Amino acid sequence: MKVLVSVKRVIDYNVKVRVKSDGTGVETANVKMSMNPFDEIALEEAVRLKEAGIATEIIAVSCGLQACQETLRTALAIGADRAILVESGEELQPLAVAKILKAICQKETPQLVILGKQAIDDDSNQTGQMLAALLGWSQATFASKIVMDKGKAVVTREVDGGLETISIKLPAIVTTDLRLNEPRYVTLPNIMKAKKKPLETLKPDALGVDVAPRLQTIRVVEPPKRKAGVKVPDAKALVDKLRNEAKVI
Amino acid sequence: MSAYAAPLKEMRFVLNELADLAEVAKLPGYTDTTPDTVDAILEEASKFASEVLDPLNYSGDQEGSKWKDGAVTTPKGFKEAYKLFCEGGWSALSLDPEWGGQGLPKLLATPVTEMITSANMSFSLCPMLTQGAIEAMLLSGTEELKKAFVPKMFDGSWTGTMNLTEPQAGSDLALVRTKAAREGDHYRISGQKIFITFGEHDLTENIVHLVLARTPDAPEGVKGISLFIVPKFLVKADGSLGERNAATCASIEHKLGIHASPTAVMVFENAIGYLVGEENKGLSYMFIMMNAARFAVGLEGVSIAERAFQRALAYAKDRVQGRDLVGGAKAVPIIRHPDVRRMLMLMKSQTEAMRALAYVVAAAVDFSSRSEEKEDQKRHQAFVELMIPVVKGWSTETGIEVASLGVQVHGGMGFIEETGAAQHLRDARITTIYEGTTGIQANDLVGRKIAREGGVTVKEWISVLRKFDLDLSKSGNPDIQAIRSRLAAGVQAIADSVDYILQTAGKDPNAAFAGAVPFLKLMGIVAGGWQMARAALIAEKKLSGKAGDQAFYSAKISTARFFGDHVLSAAPGLATAVTSGAAAVMALSDDQFLAA
Repeated sequence: MKVLVSVKRVIDYNVKVRVKSDGTGVETANVKMSMNPFDEIALEEAVRLKEAGIATEIIAVSCGLQACQETLRTALAIGADRAILVESGEELQPLAVAKILKAICQKETPQLVILGKQAIDDDSNQTGQMLAALLGWSQATFASKIVMDKGKAVVTREVDGGLETISIKLPAIVTTDLRLNEPRYVTLPNIMKAKKKPLETLKPDALGVDVAPRLQTIRVVEPPKRKAGVKVPDAKALVDKLRNEAKVI
Repeated sequence: MSAYAAPLKEMRFVLNELADLAEVAKLPGYTDTTPDTVDAILEEASKFASEVLDPLNYSGDQEGSKWKDGAVTTPKGFKEAYKLFCEGGWSALSLDPEWGGQGLPKLLATPVTEMITSANMSFSLCPMLTQGAIEAMLLSGTEELKKAFVPKMFDGSWTGTMNLTEPQAGSDLALVRTKAAREGDHYRISGQKIFITFGEHDLTENIVHLVLARTPDAPEGVKGISLFIVPKFLVKADGSLGERNAATCASIEHKLGIHASPTAVMVFENAIGYLVGEENKGLSYMFIMMNAARFAVGLEGVSIAERAFQRALAYAKDRVQGRDLVGGAKAVPIIRHPDVRRMLMLMKSQTEAMRALAYVVAAAVDFSSRSEEKEDQKRHQAFVELMIPVVKGWSTETGIEVASLGVQVHGGMGFIEETGAAQHLRDARITTIYEGTTGIQANDLVGRKIAREGGVTVKEWISVLRKFDLDLSKSGNPDIQAIRSRLAAGVQAIADSVDYILQTAGKDPNAAFAGAVPFLKLMGIVAGGWQMARAALIAEKKLSGKAGDQAFYSAKISTARFFGDHVLSAAPGLATAVTSGAAAVMALSDDQFLAA
């Protein structure tokens, strides 16, 4: 079974993000970038499926600037067998990425596509769902457990009320939540092996995909600074403030 | 408590711009060292250091290794971390690919080792000693011995130790008394060894001790010492573990620092040992590895300095105390106060200078072994020989100074263990002692590296520095001109000191050696200042090209300027201590020292 995993290059989760002075976006120049943590979980799951003898090949796909090659090399070092970069200098929005992934899926015919449930930069949480709709495949989002069972995937999902377990037909799209697994540390020998694994570069045009942005960013601002707290004399005053000032109860 | 983050930007700058990684990557066998691989390795090593090793540093210090009935228990988490470390392949970064290593250049292994040591110095000692033991066996052992021990040490199943010191034989190994009696194809080892790092522990199933001992008919002194492999558990022909050998841990030491690293007293009672190489050549095998070991300890100075700096910086940004000197009624973070900034700059600039010198020397080690031209190899080797005592002695002395400044920045809280600042000072304190004290490094520098060869290499280096002055003279940047004048004074101080050493070493050794340590420090600040000046010049070019991280480059120039004014400016004073300080050192009678 072929498994496809998408990986996004994002600002490293340790970096304190700063808004650009002109309010058009966040500052990415000279900022440390790394793989979206949810995608790392997706990749880890694919590698575990391969180690369990269920997956036969893992393909990692990234869309964006040439620099995404670094992210793909990391994916290869974690355990992907080969990588595809769909190179584009455009701002790629979830729909564009879903269309690109659709084209790749039609070409590669994977039985399972694992994506992070969202990327920590724009927190869209859309690409997996859009991809499922475009392909007409089953989907299981926010997975915290995946069990493969005779042409089906039994997926435990994290939903508001608790855990929901569903069985979906393959081919399918699964998006990962934080508790699905704990990604491994990349080993040095695997970094060296990753150099020799194939990394193919394509352009959206070649896939026949229109990646033009459909959403327009009007303004990006920092969240308001936290105000200093106040001491309340007793519980009654607290309840009063919560009810009448904050209006949360 | 603030976490460790590897200074990756700084490391890349030093690797690429100062140590010339691109040229090292052209050397035979190192062509895998492409920029993307280097980045991946640095990223992953930094992740491992921050996420796995750093969280165990403070707890490891508080808990310490414990001894009971001959067994040693390492602090919580160390065993799992060691397993992960070995599985990750980090233990074999620069070792021979034939035996399962990655065969990467020393220049690349150096930042990785720095990160591991910054994150957890106690932990770092176990792989360091194991690698040393592996190298000794690969250099001098028979095929049979190598096959029996090396693969298991490579993959992390077993660790290695170095058993040199005895109670009466510390810096002077000629006094080693441990005996080795021949018995068939092996020897029986009897004696006591002390200060054996990771001599006993619970990280792995077996420990391979390398032990210096004397055969019954060995000549006196250093020419009668042989090297033996003495495993904790004997190894059967099929590779499985056999009987427990009579090599036991009698106790572990209570130390000032590196509490998580067990320092063992080892007792050998007729233990079975196997000769490495030939009889009576043990010390010469040790000498082959001495440069690597001394370099590694010098790098510990850099690593601890970086860690102490990061902790002090985080505290200085957070701690609110006192008002700004130029107005403002509100209390401000202490980083706003000029003297706190001065201390942070002393920490930052000296750490950067030490790192730059260490990496440049690491590159020279690679060139000295792999350059195509024999002449180049020789030239680089001479530079390495000259600089090893400087990297070891200066970086560790300065490491302690920086760790002590780290305590000072914390004020009263620095004296309290819970901030972690004190641990760095305690951990750093061993680095000027083991693997040859600073005094021994300085004697090596003055005696073997300068006097014995008539100052040939150091004079070549002085001429390199004088030529570099021409490059500096072309800069219109006032900061760089300031550094240039400090560096020129430093170079003159070295030239004067070298003349003095060459004149005195033969006829009045006390006069030459009394100022050996001030001379070593002088060499350190000038070599460090040289690298800072190179960095400033490169930063100036990058700034004018408007490419890359402008804030990083302008900080580089200011930091170099600070180093010039606050550190390198001491050069003439140190030269005075070297050239006129000896008489007073030797003046007192032994009784005159104490006026009781």
